[in-house]
Amino acid sequence: MKRELLKFLILAILVAILPTLLSGSYLVNVLIFVGIHTMLAVALNLLLGFAGQISLGHAGFFGLGAYASAILTTTYGINPWIAMVAAAVAVSLLAFAIGFPILKLKGHYLAMATLGLGIIFFIVFNEAVELTGGPSGFSGIPNLKIGSITFDNDLKNYGLIWLFTLVTVLLSVNLANSRIGRALRAIHDSEVAARVMGVNARLLKVQIFALSAGISAIAGSLYAHTMGFISPTSFGFNFSIELITMVIIGGLGSIYGSLIGAFILTILPEALRTFQDYDIIIYGIILILMTMFLPGGLVRGIPGLLARLRPADKQEEG
Amino acid sequence: MLEIQAITQLFGGLTALCDVSFTIRQGDITGVIGPNGAGKTTLFNIISGIYRQTSGRILLQGKDITGLPPERLARLGIVRTFQNIELFGQMSVLDNVKVGLHTKSHSGLFSCSFKLPWHLVEERRIAESARRWLDFCGIPDLADQRADSLPFGKGRLLEIARALASEPGIIFMDEPAAGLNSRETQDLASLIRKIRDAGITVVLVEHDMELVMDVCDRILVLSLGEKLAEGTPREIQENTSVIAAYLGEG
Repeated sequence: MKRELLKFLILAILVAILPTLLSGSYLVNVLIFVGIHTMLAVALNLLLGFAGQISLGHAGFFGLGAYASAILTTTYGINPWIAMVAAAVAVSLLAFAIGFPILKLKGHYLAMATLGLGIIFFIVFNEAVELTGGPSGFSGIPNLKIGSITFDNDLKNYGLIWLFTLVTVLLSVNLANSRIGRALRAIHDSEVAARVMGVNARLLKVQIFALSAGISAIAGSLYAHTMGFISPTSFGFNFSIELITMVIIGGLGSIYGSLIGAFILTILPEALRTFQDYDIIIYGIILILMTMFLPGGLVRGIPGLLARLRPADKQEEG
Repeated sequence: MLEIQAITQLFGGLTALCDVSFTIRQGDITGVIGPNGAGKTTLFNIISGIYRQTSGRILLQGKDITGLPPERLARLGIVRTFQNIELFGQMSVLDNVKVGLHTKSHSGLFSCSFKLPWHLVEERRIAESARRWLDFCGIPDLADQRADSLPFGKGRLLEIARALASEPGIIFMDEPAAGLNSRETQDLASLIRKIRDAGITVVLVEHDMELVMDVCDRILVLSLGEKLAEGTPREIQENTSVIAAYLGEG
């Protein structure tokens, strides 16, 4: 417990001092995306890494949150904060309703069903032109405001988004180390044994699916209000795969791993701008290499890998 | 305590169980024996809610519990262990037992995420009970190991500790001695008695006749899906049709 608190404090301090070390709004802007991606990866990890249920449609929930916020604030003039809460609640309820039939499926069938779900959302974003602006996007989304502070520059947005990200990380770590977290991991390892021990596996899977979708929707709202402009391409199948890659790189079931996965997969495309159109191929290769050599993810895998590379040192220590 | 009334289970054209009725008495250690394919595990799967029987009823303290799912039965105090141990392999031994306390705790998503005060109190209580049950089963020193790193015999004990942590009224053990050496089997026999003395009714499916005859108060014999006999170990040992079924005579 003490160690968890220490890890979190180190992260919080890092987040607080990083922008002062970086010059130029470009890097701060990249870190804003790291924050949004971390929220999404952590949300997906609760479902995929803990409960062991895959979703290939999480970009869709992210998009639903973004579009719900955009439409409620811009078209209907509702306060952005209220829009964000409404979007999160509505997306959670939707996921809860969809979750009951869909999470009865296992393995490949669940992957196919969630894939279909993501594609349906993507089609709606593109085709409901009057509502969403269609493929040309939705612009003029207002910034968030607290009193007289408007979140209209990169530094303010950085603070806002990382505040949400830190809260997401903290609450997820708490959840992971509680009876609910244990029940989720139990379902992952042996659903029948978990049920025999009194875990209502079916309900808990649906609840965590709804929670995961709700966090993704909040990330979507933040994204919409920060960028002021959204278009369907940000919420497509490729992005769902990117999110899964983040979770797997960091390690299934490791909350801080998701943060590292999000960091790497956000920085990497910036660094590899020349490969732009081939990014999905690079993600594919990363996924293959990770599952072959570091199936536990970076956070858990690297110490083990180092130990394997230096067996002689270990013996001396012993 | 638990009444099994006229259970029949068909798998396609195969009759796994045919009209089996039996009463498990509170505080007894009951053995279910029979040659391979007699339907013992099927009976367990039905009682623990994993299969839904073709017909027949199950009553717990006079209350109909037919067809309830395993998670509901766990709340009513019916738990089981598995023939091929089903541990939560990626979790620590202690965390495995903590899952056993799931029905004894109530914090939901919200209070767990926000670490509300009563949740912290509950977590402390869960940890204490879990350690107590590891002690009870004689494996307190394994608490921090990963469950899938345990040798088979210890895994069995962990599975029993996890089941006991839910403080059941009745525990079903599916071949608890399978894969154990004679020393471990002796320890198991005393553990089973200890469980009964703690006020928990025990039912076991077992092939190890020495163990069954040693610990059981009553025995149910199944053969080819039908009830062949029931009675005390002595009565069963002297029952000619049981002997015939085991030796394959007439």
